[in-house]
Amino acid sequence: MRSDPSEYEFVIAASLREAVQLLSEQPKAWMPIAGGTDVMVQLAWGALRADRLLSIWNLPELRAIEVLGEEIRIGAGSTYTDVRRHQIIAREFPLLSLAASWTGGIANQNRGTLGGNIVNASPAADSLPALLAYEAELILASAEGERRVAYLDFHKDYKKMELGPAELIRAICLKPRFRKYVSYARKVGARSAQAIAKVSIAALGRVEKDKVAEARIALGSVAPIPIRLRETERVLVGSRLDAQTMARARKMAVAESRPIDDIRSTARYRAAVVENLVAEFLETLAAAQSDE
Amino acid sequence: MPASRTEHLIGSSTPRKEGRDKVSGRARYIDDLSFPDMLHGATVRSQIPRGKITKINFGPGIAWNEYVIVSAKDIPGKNYIALIENDQPCLADKIVNHPEEPILLLAHPERKALPKAVAAVSIDYEPLPAVFTIEESERKEHIIWGADNIFKSYRIEKGDVESAWTRADYIVEGEYFTGAQEQLYIETQGVIAAFDREKGITVWGSLQCPYYVHKALMALCNLPQEKVRVVQTETGGAFGGKEEYPSMIAAHASLLAMKAGRPVKIIYDRGEDMAATTKRHPSRTRHRTAVSKDGKILGGEIDLVMDGGGYMTLSPVVLSRATIHAGGPYYWPGVRVRAKVIATNTPPHGAFRGFGAPQSLFAMERHMERIARAVGLSSAEVRRRNFLQPGQTTITEQIINEPIDLGKLLDRALKLAGYQEKKKRFVRENASGSQKRGMGIAAFLHGAGFTGSGERYLASVVGVEGCRDGGVKVLVSSTEFGQGTNTVLCQIAAEALGLPYQDVRIAQPDTNEVPNSGPTVASRTAMVVGNLVASAALGLKQTLIGAGMLKDHHTTDEFHAACQAYLAAYGTLRSLAHYQSPEGIYWDDQKYCGEAYAAFAWAVYVAEVAVDLTTYSARVDDFVALQEIGRVLNPVLARGQILGGVAQGIGFALYEKVEWQGGRMANSQMTNYIVPTSADMPGVRVYFEELGNRHGAFGAKGIGELPMDGPAPAVVNAIEDALGIAFDNVPLLPETIFEGVKPTAAASWEREDRAHDRTPARTR
Amino acid sequence: MSTYRGAKREISFTVNGERRTVRAYPIERLLDVLRQQLSLTGTKEGCGEGECGACSVLIDNELVDSCLVPVAQVEGASVVTIEGLAADTRFHALRDTFLECGGAQCGICTPGMILAAIDLLNRKPIPTMEDIREGLSGNLCRCTGYVQILEAVAEAARRTVIR
Repeated sequence: MRSDPSEYEFVIAASLREAVQLLSEQPKAWMPIAGGTDVMVQLAWGALRADRLLSIWNLPELRAIEVLGEEIRIGAGSTYTDVRRHQIIAREFPLLSLAASWTGGIANQNRGTLGGNIVNASPAADSLPALLAYEAELILASAEGERRVAYLDFHKDYKKMELGPAELIRAICLKPRFRKYVSYARKVGARSAQAIAKVSIAALGRVEKDKVAEARIALGSVAPIPIRLRETERVLVGSRLDAQTMARARKMAVAESRPIDDIRSTARYRAAVVENLVAEFLETLAAAQSDE
Repeated sequence: MPASRTEHLIGSSTPRKEGRDKVSGRARYIDDLSFPDMLHGATVRSQIPRGKITKINFGPGIAWNEYVIVSAKDIPGKNYIALIENDQPCLADKIVNHPEEPILLLAHPERKALPKAVAAVSIDYEPLPAVFTIEESERKEHIIWGADNIFKSYRIEKGDVESAWTRADYIVEGEYFTGAQEQLYIETQGVIAAFDREKGITVWGSLQCPYYVHKALMALCNLPQEKVRVVQTETGGAFGGKEEYPSMIAAHASLLAMKAGRPVKIIYDRGEDMAATTKRHPSRTRHRTAVSKDGKILGGEIDLVMDGGGYMTLSPVVLSRATIHAGGPYYWPGVRVRAKVIATNTPPHGAFRGFGAPQSLFAMERHMERIARAVGLSSAEVRRRNFLQPGQTTITEQIINEPIDLGKLLDRALKLAGYQEKKKRFVRENASGSQKRGMGIAAFLHGAGFTGSGERYLASVVGVEGCRDGGVKVLVSSTEFGQGTNTVLCQIAAEALGLPYQDVRIAQPDTNEVPNSGPTVASRTAMVVGNLVASAALGLKQTLIGAGMLKDHHTTDEFHAACQAYLAAYGTLRSLAHYQSPEGIYWDDQKYCGEAYAAFAWAVYVAEVAVDLTTYSARVDDFVALQEIGRVLNPVLARGQILGGVAQGIGFALYEKVEWQGGRMANSQMTNYIVPTSADMPGVRVYFEELGNRHGAFGAKGIGELPMDGPAPAVVNAIEDALGIAFDNVPLLPETIFEGVKPTAAASWEREDRAHDRTPARTR
Repeated sequence: MSTYRGAKREISFTVNGERRTVRAYPIERLLDVLRQQLSLTGTKEGCGEGECGACSVLIDNELVDSCLVPVAQVEGASVVTIEGLAADTRFHALRDTFLECGGAQCGICTPGMILAAIDLLNRKPIPTMEDIREGLSGNLCRCTGYVQILEAVAEAARRTVIR
């Protein structure tokens, strides 16, 4: 433990309103902390960049999962366990359920939050590709009120996001309309559990009358932010799912992702795995189509 | 095989002696202890791999007067950690030879005040060129140790190698590499030291060898033996990582305690422990073998190099074991082994379960596959044809004089693994799909106890003493760190005396209280120390019989009564047993020839592996571990040792990679140094055979390290079987498998695409 | 708004059934408060980064790594450590089976493993072997290779259900 706890200020917000109020009074001064699974690791390593922490752990406004007509609103303070336990999320958004079950072990899942995963914005974060595939919307709260941001527009660059210094993510909104889609997700890590992803994929597809009607392919760990493979999707949409299309799509997927060499893996390996995972998704899509 | 099996405890799974405390959370490890007035200590370490220290700066923002500061100047005795060559300083004075080398020590009443103080010390260096790999060290462009960067070399010369080349039908060559491996005991290194002018130094700590620490502190602190006391506390895993390293951390805490006049506790956090302490020696082994057309080894050369890091520490002994095991369980009519351990500017490498044998046995077992492919024999057959038979000699010319039938052991292992049936099935199934499966064999041996004259040199002493309640207490410096020392030694004493297991206890290893039964290493504890425990117990019984207080056949109550009567009459009842070298064990240290070990355990492991060509990850799906170990003293403990060793071996094979940057371990966090979790381990099936052992307690051979030797070659052999690609390097990560598969990877689903015409079905 | 400004504050929570109040810096790790202030040394530090699970405890009946929990967040909650399981029949079964099956070797991971097993059995009283592997996948052991731990948990589950 390489930090001195006496050197930190720590405030517990009693409500979301109090939290955003403090942030608006002293923007950039306070780092929000929810379950602590990222912040406390940095603290232990002596690498925490903030010395004033605002605890938003377990705030009721942030931890509720609400089913509201056209939309499911997942409070940003929901833990992975909360997400895993929710029947409707499991049914309507299986990519997210799966991602939650692949995050750390049970103890990490009980404390890590979806909002924390988004804001920590590790390129390897487990839940983010699913949110891109489902095209979530975020509700951002501040003292000024609330606004919505398309999750597709949220991450700008490595650890740079569409979040003002006085804003908090309040909720992640998902529209349930994916039941007829083929879902495919996979996390490739160094071991079967408790692993940081070297490559991860969350994909949805729909075939109509022998042609790909929709394809959404999101990847983690192959760029500074989680990405949707737009060009690859363009290759697929409107085409027949034949060998030629699949080959073109695989190649495009490799071209679109920008994996790097780092302490965990190599760029070449990641690129090859991207190609293989996209191939596997397309085979899954093709197989489901021929089952109809 | 022992003639009679009338034992009442040997062979049964008596419960772990200290088990109840462990499962209830009552067991106290060093960081659970606290002394009044205690300070906490921390270490300032070198940030460069090699250079001269020119200035030490104490930065601003720290109330330095609150800290006790110790440097090399404060060392009362010799500034080295006494081991073999005494080349490793306790604290660097003018020069550093590896990253993380200790330079200064700080102590403060508050633990949380230390990290910032350590960070505030900045050291100016004149960097010197550094060497990081075996190849760089061999090039001798920079001499960083001694005259030639070589800590030690050995040479074995057996039979006639030269004529083997001329008679060979095949000459098979191969080069094999193993990487560093971190012990990763879940309890990090830690000690508490206290100093008092009258009693001297006392150290409590997480350690394997109290008397090693004792010896090191005498030299460092310039104190006589009765003024140094070392006590082992409950130790949360060791695996060799706490064999020699604790002398260093104990030295540091002692120096701080001496200067401060207060007890000092030093506990490493995980990052420091991983970066600064010992690891398994990396190795490179080159084989060149003359083979006949029916696959028999005629002779060969084995060149083995190990990386010892910045100082010699135990490298000569690790090299010794690697050298002696280099030929595997095979008959070599002629062989030349040239082995050396070289210096690099990395933290010194050290003891880790297997101690050199996993490295050279990996090479041997991979090389057998190469020989098999060259000659056109199966993996099983090539081994069968070369196995040592009773009456034949090992590469050090030790005669195998027990009725071990390795061919039969192999047959049994293959049968248990379903080898033939699976091989056939996998050939069929591998033709399609992204999962490629394979089977791999590793056959090996492990010598237990110290090499050659080592045990004689150790001159171990063991005591058994009578207690006031009529029971007895075992007195050894052998330590418990999970492997079952306490349980097995009490079991042995109880068996020897015909007492219930509960009547025997074991003293906490405290150099003030127990004799030196030698270090807890080399798989010697059950076998060698156990034998001495049995002797000492019998000696105690003889004392009671001699005093007329006990008959040879006695009940438990009679024993209690005799013990109590003796204590009442004479005050103490203690029997010591001294190690006696067995007859007919000759070892020539110069020629590296003779009886290397009192006993070998033998094993055949079989791995079933699946490689997923989507992710290039290998997964062990089934594992059979069959070994002959003399005698199974305690089935649950023995099985536990094999299971744990196999897990570490699988880690060594597939997961555990040390990422070196400038001589420093860059992935010094558990998140980035990957060991298997419960989700990664297959069901491992463990089987034992027992041939007995003249030289081991109740016929036991050592088993602690044996299971480390087999998994890596078995797994890599299985991957070769699955993919048809030979990998000769561990750890074998998916990234490396990918690079080997790559030319054929893209082809595989392109082939499938063409074959299956993936146009959508036209059923509608 | 509860405010702790670089100074110790009083934080009250239930530990092993007893209400306790500690004076601590709010960002002190729950692990350190348990071990140092409350002398509950059964919970161990293995890594400080939430990877090894040696520091596992239950907070409001959920398994967490106490090295990652700021003590201020535990205000009003109920914490259970290995020392607090003495009356739990599942713990009695685990204690026995860990000994019988060889689930504890060096013992340093054992408290965490037992907490994880208790949490698992609370959620899944009749776990499959896959459930047990998953439930304990956040607890690293270096001695046992896991097999005898998984067997101990499976056997403990069988015994508590039969009862």
